[in-house]
Amino acid sequence: MREWLDSDASLHKCGYPFGFLDDGAKKEVRRCLLKAIAIPGYQVPYGSREMPIARGWGTGGIQITLSLILPDDILKVIDQGCDGSVNAVNIKKFYQSVADVDITTDTTAATVIQTRHRIPEEPMTDEQILVLQVPYPEALREVEPSEMETRRMHAEADYGRMWLYLYEDIVACGEISISYRYPVTVNGRYIMDPSPIPRWDVPKLHMADTIFLFGAGREKRIYAIPPYTRVEPLEFDDHRFRVEDFDGKSCHRCGATDTFFDEIIDSADGGRKYCCSDSGYCDKRMAAWNR
Amino acid sequence: MGYVAVKGGTEAIENACRQFALERMRGDSAPLGVDQVKDQLYLAVDRVMGEGGLYAPDLAALAFKQAAGDTFEASFMLRAFRATQPRHGYGLPATTEKMRIIRRISSAFKDIPGGQILGPTSDYTLRLLDFDLLADDAARRTVFKERIFSLLPERADIPESFPRVIDILRQEGLLDEVHRPEERQTPPDITRQSLTFPAPRTAGLQAMARGETGGMLLLAYSSMRGYGNIHPTLGELRVGYLPLVIPHPDNGEPYTVGEVKVTEAEVLARFEGQDGMPRFSLGYGICFGQNEIKAISMAVLDRCTRAPRPSCPAEDQEFVLYHTDGIEAMGFCNHWKLPHYVDFLSDLDRLRKAQEIARKEGESC
Repeated sequence: MREWLDSDASLHKCGYPFGFLDDGAKKEVRRCLLKAIAIPGYQVPYGSREMPIARGWGTGGIQITLSLILPDDILKVIDQGCDGSVNAVNIKKFYQSVADVDITTDTTAATVIQTRHRIPEEPMTDEQILVLQVPYPEALREVEPSEMETRRMHAEADYGRMWLYLYEDIVACGEISISYRYPVTVNGRYIMDPSPIPRWDVPKLHMADTIFLFGAGREKRIYAIPPYTRVEPLEFDDHRFRVEDFDGKSCHRCGATDTFFDEIIDSADGGRKYCCSDSGYCDKRMAAWNR
Repeated sequence: MGYVAVKGGTEAIENACRQFALERMRGDSAPLGVDQVKDQLYLAVDRVMGEGGLYAPDLAALAFKQAAGDTFEASFMLRAFRATQPRHGYGLPATTEKMRIIRRISSAFKDIPGGQILGPTSDYTLRLLDFDLLADDAARRTVFKERIFSLLPERADIPESFPRVIDILRQEGLLDEVHRPEERQTPPDITRQSLTFPAPRTAGLQAMARGETGGMLLLAYSSMRGYGNIHPTLGELRVGYLPLVIPHPDNGEPYTVGEVKVTEAEVLARFEGQDGMPRFSLGYGICFGQNEIKAISMAVLDRCTRAPRPSCPAEDQEFVLYHTDGIEAMGFCNHWKLPHYVDFLSDLDRLRKAQEIARKEGESC
């Protein structure tokens, strides 16, 4: 490692350092990650750098990934579950120009997975890291626009307004109507925004083998869920948290009935079909089928 | 609004104007052609046309050159020019289904009828400085163009029209479709009638169509970020050329006079209808040229300003419409550079008097 750092190989050919960020920036991000892991669900402020990709397009996740990867890492990047989606393709193009790492679409083969709005269907291990891109790190933003106030609320675990919001939602809609970005309590302490993953993915965060790192570049926050941490969606005894209902639907490609689906409009008259949102998993099932 | 007349210093004023003209000629580079601005800085031209409220690429390019790249000044000049032009009539209502599309995306669905067409955009390029451009010349461009065109398929089928994603949701009854009676009336012309509040949606959309990009972005961003409750989904974003059809002056028959490049955005946000049924309601944005930030911001603000109970600046129609016109705002901001000697003297007088009273009261305590 030391040898590699000292060698010219750590300087990439395009004139930027390996991993684009300078060592000082990487160190800062890694220190913030350590703090975030030590205080699960707490948002650590950091000096988010300008990336050559626009704010709001995953720059928080990118900075975490770039601070962590080494030349022998194998990277997977997905956007809405898909390896081929524009944002994922764009980010991979960037990684390949500033860090010579291998790219895969296979969840089980990757050492680091960066994702936007999904957690892969296949269970991940304690050898893997999932980096999530976060647009809104603040779960309380729905009830309080001011950052100064939400930080106080977190410090004092003053979450009454959040619970009231859920209660009022039930009164107005008959059930909790939060669709994605479903707030969770981490380790019995902080209410945390799990990023805009669907409710389907929320249970995967609970007592997982994997470490989850969250980066919000525009809002300049990093937070984390270490392995084997309690992650509980906010719910009431008589109004439980529920995941999306895909009853009776199946993937039109691989036939899966137990994955999160994309809904596809396949004709101008509004006909619908469904396919796995996790394209890597779907492709793998197709390949197994064809063998 | 009344401006205080600037007195005196005629010669100094003339020199200041000349010096600005001289600044533009600094350096030894060749004079910048208006055609170059139009071709190579087309996004600036688009922005100026949109904010100026006049579709005139050549004039907008001239204004941009004359303003030395200041988009506020350039749109101001264009709008001032527009005010000198007679009003011959109004175009017929248009639908964008027949638009000649160069870019069309939906972030609500992965695949849409007609397909996602990425078109010309910098969205997916890395914002790394391209030092190769320092040595840009005709030969380099020829090579680039030849390579691009050699990769094109012999022929490609382009659909006649692209169905709108929104219409598909509409068929399913997912949209809030309560139209207020005013929306059926002939839209007012905001360049002829000043805004009154609450302004009809048609007036609000006109005002925002020529709003200033940065100002609209600021307010829309405040709503997206937390000062408001709109979580928009971009149903569809289109960039392309829209036929401009007018009634023929002789017989009133529809007559196509040309086409204008526009950007159109439709955003969806959740909403509870008056019947208690939750639905999506639509925010709509359209502007001249390719200006996606403005079209999206406009759509978000259109949706925000229809909130039944405004809870933040972006949801307050009056706040949004009065403060997003760049030409009015820049004019007023710049007017603080005019002499205010008289007003200030009057202010000083009151302040001194107030201090005197405060001091006396302090002594008597």
